[in-house]
Amino acid sequence: MSESEPPLLELDRLEVSYGAIRALRGISVAVRRGEVVALLGANGAGKTTTLRTVSGLLKPRSGGVLFRGERIDGVPAHHVVALGIAHAPEGRRVFPVMSVLENLRMGAYRFRGGARREDLDRVFGLFPRLAERRTQLAGTLSGGEQQMLAIGRALMARPELLLLDEPSMGLAPMVVRQIFEIVREINQQGTTVLLVEQNAAQALRLATRGYVLETGAVVMEETAEVLLRDDRVRAAYLGEGAA
Amino acid sequence: MSGGTASEESFRRPKVDVARLRRDAWYRRPRWRRLLGFVVAGLALAVVTGPQGAGSTALMSSLKATFTSVPRLGVCVGIGVLLWAVREFGAPLRAPARTAQDGVARGVAPLRRFYAAGVWPKLAVGALVLLAGAVIPNLLSPTWQVVFVEQMGVYLLLAVGLNVVIGWAGLLDLGFVAFYAVGAYSVAFWTGSLPVQPPVVLNPFVVIPIAVLTCLAAGLLLGTPTLRLRGDYLAIVTLGFHEIVYLVAKNADGFTGGSRGTTKMIPHPSIHLFGLDYNWMFDPLPYWYLILAFTAILVVLFSRLENSRIGRAWTAVREDEVAAQASGLNTVRYKLMAFAIGASTSGLAGVVYASKVGFINPDNFPLLASILVLSYVIFGGMGSIAGVLVGTALLTLLPQWLKSYVPAEDRYMYLGGLLVAMMIFRPQGVIPSRRRQREIKLAESGVGGADATGAAGGTTS
Repeated sequence: MSESEPPLLELDRLEVSYGAIRALRGISVAVRRGEVVALLGANGAGKTTTLRTVSGLLKPRSGGVLFRGERIDGVPAHHVVALGIAHAPEGRRVFPVMSVLENLRMGAYRFRGGARREDLDRVFGLFPRLAERRTQLAGTLSGGEQQMLAIGRALMARPELLLLDEPSMGLAPMVVRQIFEIVREINQQGTTVLLVEQNAAQALRLATRGYVLETGAVVMEETAEVLLRDDRVRAAYLGEGAA
Repeated sequence: MSGGTASEESFRRPKVDVARLRRDAWYRRPRWRRLLGFVVAGLALAVVTGPQGAGSTALMSSLKATFTSVPRLGVCVGIGVLLWAVREFGAPLRAPARTAQDGVARGVAPLRRFYAAGVWPKLAVGALVLLAGAVIPNLLSPTWQVVFVEQMGVYLLLAVGLNVVIGWAGLLDLGFVAFYAVGAYSVAFWTGSLPVQPPVVLNPFVVIPIAVLTCLAAGLLLGTPTLRLRGDYLAIVTLGFHEIVYLVAKNADGFTGGSRGTTKMIPHPSIHLFGLDYNWMFDPLPYWYLILAFTAILVVLFSRLENSRIGRAWTAVREDEVAAQASGLNTVRYKLMAFAIGASTSGLAGVVYASKVGFINPDNFPLLASILVLSYVIFGGMGSIAGVLVGTALLTLLPQWLKSYVPAEDRYMYLGGLLVAMMIFRPQGVIPSRRRQREIKLAESGVGGADATGAAGGTTS
């Protein structure tokens, strides 16, 4: 990797507040092309806020979001999608009364000509379950299938960077493993991934690097192997050893 | 287990008869609930057939007379109980019972086939309805022709417009009639019928685009700061907007003429083009054709919109706004668009109404009118144009028809009863949209809500 190339995504001393509450207190994060980067942390650490700021749903109070070296903070969400950042939001948020296919088509909304055949084929290739259920209403899918659909819908926008917010939330361990396996495949096909997770064990097995957030600040930044072996991380997020 | 044997006596747990807890109270069992229903129906029958008040003060005394005249009350409630008894205990006499589910499925199947059959049957039905709409009013008495224009016709336009706002974009607008007032006052202003004179006096026809644009602007003006709000909050804002428009019309004496309204008669629309001279005058029928033409045009335009990129965006916004934003939709833009389209339709209705009746004052635009349009839309089937048209026609003609059977003051009571019954037994409306049908089905199985403002709420909010 050449040193001169700027990171695909860079958060520069980002501060975000909800009214008087400061959710992010100047975090700096870099995601290089081709990586899977995990943001770890407990509830309220600011992980989801970070993703929402990147995708334009929130505006930072200070600091900047740089995508391919350009400032994109303040760009409205619908333009951010067109720049090549797709967000699979927390809690999946599929359109419940639309079919699987209609949901995927919504993901490709930014393309005036509608969803492209090859994108649909790619998503159905990654998630055969969705292909089986393409006419079923999204609201009647299981939690795991809804998560697959949320990821699939984000992929339909042909993102360079995929933001995944807690894909493991409320899912059985086996389903989580299955979904993370597919995320790995998506990454290998060339999509950079920024992943927010509470399930640190799974996330670090997939990620190249990780950041640990605590109350709105980055407290650790290491490669995944180092984090997996770190005593503090093991105690706090992997549920091992004494605190 | 439920019995609570003596084996675990050491815990000294209080004795609970679980079997009894599982049992419904007697009055909650379907059979006795139905009895209640029949008794209420009997009471209603007694009220309807009883002596009815001639004036508003006599209502209470007439109710008193109904309830103290024992024979009628007894007979009516008796009929109710008898019907109940036959229903409950006359099982061998009847065919196998149908469940409510069956009923819904049976109602939907032909509808689904109709939708699946493509565009031609729809066009054929549309043409037939248009033909019927053109012919029927000719056969009616002048009183009914007036009802067709001033009640049904105007409300058809309003309902088709409100359907875009609430049925498709899921925005709960309780101040819809404010735009109707803006349209009506626009035509009054530009025809020189208000105390303030316009720069040029125009023919009502020429005012139509001006009024529509004015309402569009009013819609954008109200929508831009408020459309970030959702559901109930937006409803309150629009309610407030209606009050503002109403009170300005009522109190800005020098501009709107205050509560007396227009100072001069608003001229009837007329055409003078290429040797064609036509004036709409006083007769209701020409106005009916005007409304029919506008409605037909709007129905065609709007149904094209529904199935377009814009229509899909509205659906997405309605179902989950955050997800829509994350999928790259400019949600504010699409909400504004729906709001403004609704507002201009409402304004169009205002122009037609004002130029028909000639005189307007603020009390032509009460809050009740907004609520009525909303109930027509929900009654007919939110999101379905055919449903909205049918619902409006039914509910505007019904009070008029009831006029010859019950005292005028009581009419809206029956309308209210009909609405209550409808929402209990067929919440999706007379002719539901497919999407609404699905929403209610999902809500029944516990996924999401089926609120007026959309299906959202199933996932974390």
